[in-house]
Amino acid sequence: MHTMTYEELLREMTTENERVVIMTAENRAAIRNLPPHVGDRLIDVGISEMTMVGASAGLALRGRIPIVHALATFLTLRAFEFIRTDVGIPGLPVKLIGAVPGFLSDGNGPTHQAVEDIALMRGIPPMQVFAPADNDDMLEALPRIVASPFPAYVRFNALPAVTAHAPFAIGKAETLTDGNDVAILTYGFLLREALAAETLLNAEGLACRVINLRSLKPIDEETIAAAVRDCSLVVTLEDHFLTGGLTTILAELMMQQQLTADVLPIALKHRWFTPATLDRVLEHEGFTGSAIAVRILRALEGDRDKKPMLNHTSSLFKTYL
Amino acid sequence: MNASEKQELLQTAMRVREHIIRLATDGGCFIGASLSCADLIVYLYRRILNIAPDRVDDPDRDYFLLSKGHDVPAVYGTFAELGYIDGARLGNHLRTNDSIYWHPNRNIPGVEFHSGSLGHLLSVGIGVALDIKLRKAANRVFVMLGDGELNEGSIWEGCLVAGAHKLDNLVVVVDRNGFQANMRTEELIPLEPLEEKFASFGWAVRRIDGHSFDAMDEVFSDLPLEKRRPSMIIADTVRGKGLPSIEARADRWFVNFTAEEVDMLLDELHGIGNAALTSDTLHVR
Repeated sequence: MHTMTYEELLREMTTENERVVIMTAENRAAIRNLPPHVGDRLIDVGISEMTMVGASAGLALRGRIPIVHALATFLTLRAFEFIRTDVGIPGLPVKLIGAVPGFLSDGNGPTHQAVEDIALMRGIPPMQVFAPADNDDMLEALPRIVASPFPAYVRFNALPAVTAHAPFAIGKAETLTDGNDVAILTYGFLLREALAAETLLNAEGLACRVINLRSLKPIDEETIAAAVRDCSLVVTLEDHFLTGGLTTILAELMMQQQLTADVLPIALKHRWFTPATLDRVLEHEGFTGSAIAVRILRALEGDRDKKPMLNHTSSLFKTYL
Repeated sequence: MNASEKQELLQTAMRVREHIIRLATDGGCFIGASLSCADLIVYLYRRILNIAPDRVDDPDRDYFLLSKGHDVPAVYGTFAELGYIDGARLGNHLRTNDSIYWHPNRNIPGVEFHSGSLGHLLSVGIGVALDIKLRKAANRVFVMLGDGELNEGSIWEGCLVAGAHKLDNLVVVVDRNGFQANMRTEELIPLEPLEEKFASFGWAVRRIDGHSFDAMDEVFSDLPLEKRRPSMIIADTVRGKGLPSIEARADRWFVNFTAEEVDMLLDELHGIGNAALTSDTLHVR
């Protein structure tokens, strides 16, 4: 477990590397204590995302590595063209950190729901995209992301770790459990729910391969292709619109590699989610571990050939089917 | 600036205008706005900017950022005259063997940043100026904006931020030629009173005749205009300056002239006759 916080890591990176500067559009919740330690290397432009991103490009032109911390939705949407044009076209090493992405915007409502951020950011040619599973995963990844010469977008996630993580490498997935019945591909904090689903399904006699796609671009094609080949059902689990995120990444990969599989996408299907506290959002939207397990069981149930696999007398099966 | 220096500037500006006119065929270019800012760009590169063709990567150089990227013929003409690029390269305009097209890009030595989408380079310039401040260095950042470009919200956002950060190493020049793409600015989105607007954002503001080298000398030779404030120089100019047959015309924004028209316009530039222009008046881009 990391004993450090995000703020402490930023402080350390800023102190140790004179190229690093921190920028924000007054989104100080996670970096409130930085100013006395990093001085004028924290540049707060106020609520001005366009200017912030344009200025990050100017700073990068001068050799800096700006770590741009702002709310995921306003960063990727309000400033999108600045990211694409000023950071993306020249491929400058600006590191965009999008706070409260996906379901983590909980009660804010659709204005604050970054549920197309992965689609937008991965569409920018040199942009790398990362979605850490928890605070440990994020702190493990950040130094490597900052050291990469490419622009990057990171879904900020400081939730406590639910599992120990393998060392982070750009372009590599982390496989947490082994199994050939069901592959659950996910990213971000939903790994927590994927692991909960895995436990429930395991009790049903289903072996699940849970894969943490912490690096979404570049993506670990080898690990995903192996899962597609080995597993009876491939699940994509993401707090993102169905279009443009992991489900699309999987579809592109399967098309390129001429693979076929039964795929169960668990994502937001062309709508924003109902705002509430995070636990209630997960419950309502069907993204809790048990809801995910049931959706997987139903998908398998729908496939006659796979029926023998299921334990029709189990309590989970009886409760939900 | 003595008389011979001024004469040299006038001659350079004349040759830059010739380059611009020659780029206005075989695909065309944004001639009107290129001609309005040509004197300013020649003056800045020749007299003010601490930069030279052999020092385009010098970390201590002054930066010039052309935010209204469609005026790049004025910059490329200046680059050709001052030795940043071989003038023969301008013959590659709109050809795929080179990078000389309607908007600037960093494949051309001396171009600091690409532009084309309006309202971007003030914020990029703010970032460059912030780094220079962090390093306690003395270089300055010049950003040229168009007056039509002032419609963009990001400009006003940037003006607030630059004022708040007291970036007195940042100098914005507005090419106030009075037009946006299709009509006069004051007919579409009125901008005046412009000095008061910028001053209220915390900038030091001066307004000059953007075709008078003497007037330029007066404001640019003693920068910043005020300590701890960014400098704003509103330069009143004439769209199409130098070619009476297209001056201050709303319908000569983007042009694609015939080779014969180009010859006539080159004559007109030198005071020989008036060009009888027959090509389409208004290309909408």
